[in-house]
Amino acid sequence: MLSLPVLRWGKPYDSLEKDTVLHFNTGEAMAEVHQANAGLLQRDMKKASQAREALRQFTCADLIDKLKQAADLYVNETLPMGDGTQSPDEFVRMQSASTGLPEHMCRFNMTKNHFVLQNMDKMLDALTRGLDLDILSRGYGVESRGVVVSYQAQSSALGLVLPSNSPGVHTLWLPVIPMQVGLVLKPGPQEPWTPYRMTAAFMQAGVPAEAISIYPGGGDIGAAVLGSVDRALIFGGTPTVERYKGNPRVQAHGPGFSKFILADDVVDDWEQYLDIIADSIYLNSGRGCINCSGVWASRHTKEIAQALAERLGPIEPLPPEDENAGLAAFTAVINDRNMGSLVWDMIAEDLKEDGVTHCTEPYGPRLVEKERCAYLRPTIVHCTSPEQAIAKKEYMYPFSTVVECPQDKMLEKIGPTLVCSAITNDEKLARALTDATHIDRLNIGPIPTIKLDWLQPHEGNIVDFLFRARAYQITEDKLAALKS
Amino acid sequence: MDSGLQTAVDAAKDALNAHTLEMVHWHFSPETGCPFWLQKAGELNFNPLTDIKSYDDLRKFPPFEDEWLRGGPVRRWVPKAYEKSPIYVFETGGTTGIPKSRVVIDDFRIDYELFSKTLPDEFFPPGGNWLMLGPSGPRRLRLAVEHLAQFRGGISFCIDLDPRWVIKLIKKGWMEHLEEYKKHCMDQAVTILTAGHDIKCMFATPKLLEGLAMRLEDEGTSIADCGITGIFSGGTEFTPQWTRFAMEELLDERVYMTPTYGNTLMGLACSKPVTAEDGYKISYYAPQPRAVAEVVNPDEPDEIVEYGGTGRVRLTTLTKELFVPGFLERDEGEREMPFATYPWDGVSGVRPFAQLAGGTTVGVY
Repeated sequence: MLSLPVLRWGKPYDSLEKDTVLHFNTGEAMAEVHQANAGLLQRDMKKASQAREALRQFTCADLIDKLKQAADLYVNETLPMGDGTQSPDEFVRMQSASTGLPEHMCRFNMTKNHFVLQNMDKMLDALTRGLDLDILSRGYGVESRGVVVSYQAQSSALGLVLPSNSPGVHTLWLPVIPMQVGLVLKPGPQEPWTPYRMTAAFMQAGVPAEAISIYPGGGDIGAAVLGSVDRALIFGGTPTVERYKGNPRVQAHGPGFSKFILADDVVDDWEQYLDIIADSIYLNSGRGCINCSGVWASRHTKEIAQALAERLGPIEPLPPEDENAGLAAFTAVINDRNMGSLVWDMIAEDLKEDGVTHCTEPYGPRLVEKERCAYLRPTIVHCTSPEQAIAKKEYMYPFSTVVECPQDKMLEKIGPTLVCSAITNDEKLARALTDATHIDRLNIGPIPTIKLDWLQPHEGNIVDFLFRARAYQITEDKLAALKS
Repeated sequence: MDSGLQTAVDAAKDALNAHTLEMVHWHFSPETGCPFWLQKAGELNFNPLTDIKSYDDLRKFPPFEDEWLRGGPVRRWVPKAYEKSPIYVFETGGTTGIPKSRVVIDDFRIDYELFSKTLPDEFFPPGGNWLMLGPSGPRRLRLAVEHLAQFRGGISFCIDLDPRWVIKLIKKGWMEHLEEYKKHCMDQAVTILTAGHDIKCMFATPKLLEGLAMRLEDEGTSIADCGITGIFSGGTEFTPQWTRFAMEELLDERVYMTPTYGNTLMGLACSKPVTAEDGYKISYYAPQPRAVAEVVNPDEPDEIVEYGGTGRVRLTTLTKELFVPGFLERDEGEREMPFATYPWDGVSGVRPFAQLAGGTTVGVY
């Protein structure tokens, strides 16, 4: 069994409290993870400026090169993991075994992280809109159009309260190191693997160890990260997002409520779009915030729901090592009950409402309970009105409602939407969607909600979050020196 | 268990049995007992005066319900023998609704005088002044620490801290207010420590101790540099990891700290000396025979778990001022072996009882 210590600005620390990461199928203990206490983290954060100082010993370009090296190490090499080592295959097996995600999806997530690291220069160019990265290091500089600009780092480190159930989110913090900002990671209890492995790859590639801290622990550690790091990201449910709304120090990433809108001008041809809608609901086991959880149209909604149910309803859970496995297991247990079972209770309650039809019901029970985990099979629900409670729900598996709603009411009724794929040629509707502030990423046309353009920012630009643009004036001679 | 320790354990058990008999007679005799127990005696299916012959016989009593302590008249708890004495009332809980009350005449003084004997003079110098960094208001702790300081020849300085407001802030999610209130408490503590009062000893809850150490570190000093040599800490949960962190990093191994476990009903349980060699394990021992702490099967509270086994903490208070047989605490822990200093069972790893933990706001000050 591996033993993963707390990492305090690169220095391993063995705690007296440990949590065990178990294999969801066999119950085998895979790792003991040392647990930090909040005071320890808070005390370390007094030294956060040293992380940025250590990174500033290198140029941003140097750090980008190191991350490119780290990309290959992360994907291909056996790396240190606590008191042992971990090969890429072991990483995939362990991540799958603790999160419930099928192994091929874990492997795909590795590829995704590799792609982001390998393309870090392009990624940062897109995120900074072409800014010379030395300006981030120096704090000021001259833009290509000859104007002095200043970007001031708002924190020496970025804190992250990471989830257990979605290894895909790690791409969000990868650009932080090359911007010379340290990392304070609180891993999800079931997914310590990526933070530790990525850190090992970074260090082996020459990123200074004192730039990264990892504090596994409970809810008090999450609160301590948010309370003692000047800029932090947290992943959670709607209550988490609501709690941190308006707090400039915290960026809360919650459910996506991503949707398809089939506009009146195309909805009669709905069958043409069934493949991309089904893929958007199902791929990556429906776990992502960019997976579709609602299909909205003014007519044909029953037929659409039935067709999606026919497509997705028969899908069964398969062993995690099966290349065809499409469903992730629910491995978390709350008060002696598996999360999957608790989720199904909530859905079953909502299904009782008038006008709500469970379209996947004919394909057998959705809840599949195993000895140590549970699965939820794809679930499609038809709603005759956007007012029905289930119409605005999202769950961490292939779940979607198909909601009947007049087009002129859709924007008012859809609620916050991370990704909206609107299939329409109606310019007036497209304009209204473009102006809608409750839609984050907008796709106009038959584009899957899960298709990301890596050169466009995800929800909340990390550069804008970490740096503040401000006025900065220097004398002519200094300006000339800067330009030379 | 060696024979010397076994002899001590047997003697402690005999003393507990004798003390139990004395206390039951005190509380169930009309000349000395309180109205509550005299009335309760009529509802029991046994006669406490004739049927209780040992500590183990207390199992005949139904489990003590702490709800009985809510509301008035509190004089129903005053033993007749003390009806003309000055009475204190101490409260516990009470953020919303009616708090639980306990009447006291001298128990807090007796408990803390006994506790005083466990404090090493080297670190808690007689005559040294104290800082009480804990809850104020209708709490036993504030007066008890003040008495401890006075009993040891010192003077106790206190801060204002309303834990009920702290709980409300947490429940409302007003975390910024919570931080400000914490700062307000730290301001008071730092003012006392830097005003030339020559403070040597301190009571602090773990969270306030941590807050004070960090605040002083920001100001370029430390608890040790402020002249504190001994701390007794308690009031909220202690973990070995936190204790190690406190000793190594907050106190820089320069200040003596002893964890305690207690509440308004029982008094104060001392800890076996905490050492790095023992993994900073914290084992508490109740002040027998005045109070007994047992680790019991949560589903069968009369069944004591094996040594090392986990169970719910059950407290029994046996003083002339209060009789509480078998009160199931909101904590759980592991049963510990007797040792020479405390030849009776202890409890280690005390933490909120898992089956109740979700519904309780703990560790608030």
